Order: sequence, then structure tokens, then C-alpha cells
Amino acid sequence: MKHTISVLVENQFGAFNRVATMFSGKGFNIHSISIGETENSEVSRMTIVTEGEDKIMEQVVKQLNRLIDTIKVIDLTGQTRVERELALITVFYQKGTRAEVISVCDIFRGNVVDINTKTITLEITGPPDKIDAVVNVLEPYGIKEMARSGTVALKRGEQIKYEKNPVTQ
Amino acid sequence: MRTTKQKLSGADIFFECLRQEKVEYVFGYPGGAVLKIYEKLYDVKHLKHILVRHEQGAAHMAEGYAKATGKVGVVLVTSGPGATNTVTGIADAYMDSVPIVVFTGQVATHLIGNDAFQEADIVGITRPITKHNFLVRDVNELASTIKKAFFIASTGRPGPVLVDLPKDVVNSVCEFDYPEKVEMRGYKPTFLGHQNQIKKAAEVIKNAKRPLLYVGGGVIMANGERELRLFAMQNKLPVTMTLQGLGAFPGNDPQSLGMLGMHGTYWANQAVNNCDVLVSLGARFDDRVTGKVDTFATKAYKVHVDIDPTCIDKNVIVDLPIVGDVKHVLAELATEITEPLQLDEWWDQIEAWREECPLHYEKDDGKLRSEYIIEKISEKTKGEAVVVTDVGQHQMWTAQYYKFNHPRSHITSGGLGTMGFGLPAAIGAAFGVKDRPVICISGDGGFQMNIQELATAVFNKLPIKIFIINNSFLGMVRQWQELFHAEKYSFTDLSESNPNFVKIAEGFRMKAMSVNSPTEVDYILDEALAYNDGPVLVEFKVVKEDMVFPIIPAGKSVNEMMTKRLDPKEMV
Repeated sequence: MKHTISVLVENQFGAFNRVATMFSGKGFNIHSISIGETENSEVSRMTIVTEGEDKIMEQVVKQLNRLIDTIKVIDLTGQTRVERELALITVFYQKGTRAEVISVCDIFRGNVVDINTKTITLEITGPPDKIDAVVNVLEPYGIKEMARSGTVALKRGEQIKYEKNPVTQ
Repeated sequence: MRTTKQKLSGADIFFECLRQEKVEYVFGYPGGAVLKIYEKLYDVKHLKHILVRHEQGAAHMAEGYAKATGKVGVVLVTSGPGATNTVTGIADAYMDSVPIVVFTGQVATHLIGNDAFQEADIVGITRPITKHNFLVRDVNELASTIKKAFFIASTGRPGPVLVDLPKDVVNSVCEFDYPEKVEMRGYKPTFLGHQNQIKKAAEVIKNAKRPLLYVGGGVIMANGERELRLFAMQNKLPVTMTLQGLGAFPGNDPQSLGMLGMHGTYWANQAVNNCDVLVSLGARFDDRVTGKVDTFATKAYKVHVDIDPTCIDKNVIVDLPIVGDVKHVLAELATEITEPLQLDEWWDQIEAWREECPLHYEKDDGKLRSEYIIEKISEKTKGEAVVVTDVGQHQMWTAQYYKFNHPRSHITSGGLGTMGFGLPAAIGAAFGVKDRPVICISGDGGFQMNIQELATAVFNKLPIKIFIINNSFLGMVRQWQELFHAEKYSFTDLSESNPNFVKIAEGFRMKAMSVNSPTEVDYILDEALAYNDGPVLVEFKVVKEDMVFPIIPAGKSVNEMMTKRLDPKEMV
């Protein structure tokens, strides 16, 4: 089963490498890994999408926690979360197919970010399965190049029921 | 006492930090990138530098010292080859959870990545084999980094930490302030086991009919031997130990079943196979212990006490995990169980197994055998010596036949199985232990892997007894070739190429003797044990083709244990 794991690490030299080294050393799979600063510049957030049996996933979380630079590990799997990925996709077009490609982009609420006489570059954002769907639709036109960012994810905020504020009312 | 906020050079700060950490010995080797540190070392009085002959030796010495004393072992080497030579020792310390701090020189920060002379990315190289490592890039971070290094190495599940020191950092100057303690938000070693889990474990043990304590090196690292003895003896619980756990419980005590696992005793393995409650204390269910995991202790409710959460459910799924300091957990367990357990039937069964298949070897054919020598060493030292072994058959025979009375007395490379560990580790142990004899038992193969450290032992007049069990073979590999690889003795016969060990030792200007017959063993051992004017080497020329029994073949279950060499007639 696929797991999305969010890891807060010290934003310092080698922290990313330690995580990557641990994954390869222990033989764990990585589907995608992304890293960037958080609201606190001393802390980076890594989002790792990995896959394996429950026993392996338990080890993944424990091994991540064991690294000295790791501040917090949250397995987001099974939690309500927001997951996004960004893809830049350069597609070939011919006379007559340009509008089709652009309409595919519109349907998936993407943006056209570059165009020349042969290719058109789209920016698509969304959950990873949406990106997969776009790729699937665009493949027949001929994808020249693609760059995917890997998943970033956050736990959804707790949903607090709206109550009329007795003071302001 | 120095006032804080002094201006000091990186090299001065380095020694000041070691002073504050109460470091007694540094095992090291000078070189270009650490010249400044060695310049300062010339005048340092508060610690002793031990010059080794190869950096791997330094790392193993630090391990031997750490294992024998419980203190952190310290290594100081230069960049590039100096650093890479320590890698095997670091990996060994990582596998066996030994607290050492390795300081490596590094080229100046502006040269890092330039393929500068004697440059190696040692932080990158050692990332998977250290508990943590650091590259110090600013002299202002030097003191706090060293503090962190010692803290990380010695707390929680101990392990090696490497600190890489670029030449310019060591040369620069800054205000020195050694922090009292360090805070790392990512590192909070858990200390106390969960109260409810401990209570549950106590309930389970109280109701057990056939309980067994499976004790690993963690008990020794946690200094939990008193708690273990109290708990086991109060409740008359049988105790089996892993290779690293030997010494945690007295080997001569009838409650000790000896070692379990691949070369463990028949009765210990039968007890594991038939117990109804297995309490693992600071052990990690290594494959050399479990054999085939699916058949390991299948009848048992498994309690697992360990300070490292990653050890739990890694190899064997357990019923009741307790993450915490095993010393504390044992103390709690002892107070929870007030009524003595009724285990007479269980003990009758264990004693029956003990009689059914005791450890045995051929004694009547007049040939010199390793088992006999080790039994004699055990007898003569009354189980009181610190015994350091190398890796191979002699190591297993030592584990089987030496009856260890104390923790920190059996020092061996378990997890990594590093040949060449024995001699340097014994040297390190001898610096830490002055009141008991330090014995190095090695094989003819492994001994040659760090033979150069004889010079270190001689120069420092260390009264180590080096006993080489010479069977002219890489005996353990030969054994596997005989049992599992069609008797193809591929590159394991050393009889044509072994040196004359006595002459080698004499070349290093040390006392040496050679023994051929069992009748000589007694007086030669007496002579060696009485000799304290530096190291002494005794070569025992033993039977070439003996095998270690019992053996459970790798990946097999206890039922497939072999207890003796198959008679060719039986094989037909």
C-alpha cells in the first residue's frame, strides 16, 4: 500500500542525504520525495511517497524517527489531507490539434506557460492521480518532456463547526 | 577552572572539550590535516595519546576500551586514507552499538570538493554506518558539536559518531564556551519503559509455566546486570544469553543456559523452542539467534524490552513491546513479581536437555584441541579475565567454553564479524582495565589482519596474553565448506603460507611460546598468565579440521541442529 509520509527535519547540510541514504540502505522504496522550507526557516519538510507492507511501513517511520536530524514524522496515510503535485508537460502539436491540447489543459484547470511553433508547455497542479490522468490524455499527441515535482502534502485543519459569535451578534 | 569566553584556537578548543569530557586516552595516528592538533597535543597533559600502527587498529582499540569500561572511546586520525581506514571499525561499532567518537582531519573548507590531496568525503562515506556524523564548518560550532558528539554516542542505544575537522577550522580562533548540556529537538532518547506495559509483562511472567529470559548486550550497556541477577534469581528464571550478552549473568550459575542461537547450547535452544513466555532483554532477534524466523519460539508469548524502537517487530513480531532502559524495566519487573514462580517441572525438563546433549569434544586421543585450551583458560582465570576474541571458530568456542562471571568481560565483534578485531580491541581493553588479566584469543587468519598492532602493545608494555589458536585454516569458512559447499576447500588452507608466529612476535621484541601437545597447556598457560612485563604470545598448534558443534545451519530451525560430525558410515 502507498503511504504519504511527512517528515520535519533540521534545515541543515546533509539532512536530505541522511534520509535518502537510509531509504537505499534499508532497501525501502521511494515513489517520490520532495523537500522545501517550512514556515520556520530552520526546519524543512520532506514529503515522501513510499510503498510496502504494513510491517515495512512501520519500520520506515521508526527508522525516520531514529535519525538525529528528524524532528517529527507524520504518516498522513488514512488521514484527511491535502495532496498536490505540480507537473510541467511539453506536448507536440500540429495544425488543428493546438486548440485540442489547450482545451485539455483548460478541462484540468491548467495553464499554458510556453508555446513555440512545434510544442506547447502546460502547467498542471493537483493530486497525483489527476496528473496521471492528464498525462494519459496528452500521450497520443506526443509528450516531448515532462517534469513532476513529487507530492507535497499537509494534514487538513480540524473542521470546527461554525457557531454564531454571541458577542458580535 | 578556565573562565568562559576565552579566545582559543580550534585545536585548543578540541583538547579543552576532551578534557571536559574526561577523556583519558585517544587512539590516533598523525597526518597532514591534523598537524595543528598534534602540535598542541605535544604539550597536552590531561590525556594520553596512543600511537597505533594502522587507523583500523585505532578504531578497534577505541571499541575495546569502550566495551571494557563503558566510557566513550576516542579516535583521532588524518583526512583521506587516515579517515577511510577507520571505516571498518566504525561499521563494527555501529553493528554492536559501541560508543566511540572518531575525529577525522579534513582538507580546508575552501578545498572541499576539489579532489585536494588526501581528501575523502568521510561524512558521506560513513553516513550509513554512524549513529550521526558532523562536518564542522565554523570554529564557533566546534565546542557544541563535540558536546553533541559525545552525548549522542553515549546515550540511548550507543553508537559511533564521527566529527570531521577541516584544517582551517582547527587553525581559526574564537571565544570558547563549553555548553553544560545540549538540546537537540530531534534526539530525545527514551529512558523509562511504559508503566502499564511493564505491569502487563509482569502479569504474563507470573502466569508462565515455562518462562525464559533471552539476554543481549543491551543489559550490559545499560549496566543492568545487578537488576538482571536479582530478577532472575528471585524468580529462579532460566537465562540464555546472546554472544554480546555473555557476562550479563554468571556463566557458572546453574540458572545460566549459556548461549543460544547458531552455535548455542542444545538445552538453550530447546528452551527457546519450548518456552511459553520469552522475555527478550536488550537483544535484537538477530538472524544468528533466530535461524528460520517462522519456527523461532513459536510457542512463546514474546515480550521485547529494548531502548531502540526500530528493533521492535523488525525481525520477529512480538506480543508485548517495552521501549525503554532495560535496567529500569528489570528493576520494575522485580518489584512487580512478589510471589516466587513454580518452575520445578520446567527446570526438570531443562536439566534433561542439558544431560541429553552436553557440550563435548574428543579428549582421549592425545591431540591438542581448542575447546580444551579455552576450558583451561577459563579454569585458570576463574572466569574473571577480560577475554577479547577475533572472529571465527575460536570465537564460538570461547563463547561456549569460557564461563564469564562479569559483564564487560567478553569483548567480541558480533554483528559485523570483523576479522582483525581481536588484537587491537584487546589493546584498547587493556588501557581501560588494570585490575584483571586481559586475554586476546585469536585465530591464525584474523590475527594476521591487524598484526602490526603488536608494536603498540609492546611499546606500551601492556600485559596482554595473546593466545593464537592455530589450525592452519580459516577454520569457520572451512567448516562451512565441509558442511555446505561440497568439501571444496577453496582458499582456506593457510598451512603453506602462515608465518612463524613465534619469530614474528620475537621480531616485535616480545615474549612468545608455541604449544603442540595438550600436556604442555597447563604450565605454558601458567607461565603466560604470570608474565606481566609486557605482552606475551602463545601459539597453540591445534587439530586442523575440528568443527564447532552444535550448529544450526543458517536459516534453519532448532530441530535441524547438528550436534556432531556425521560419521561417514552413517552417511551411506
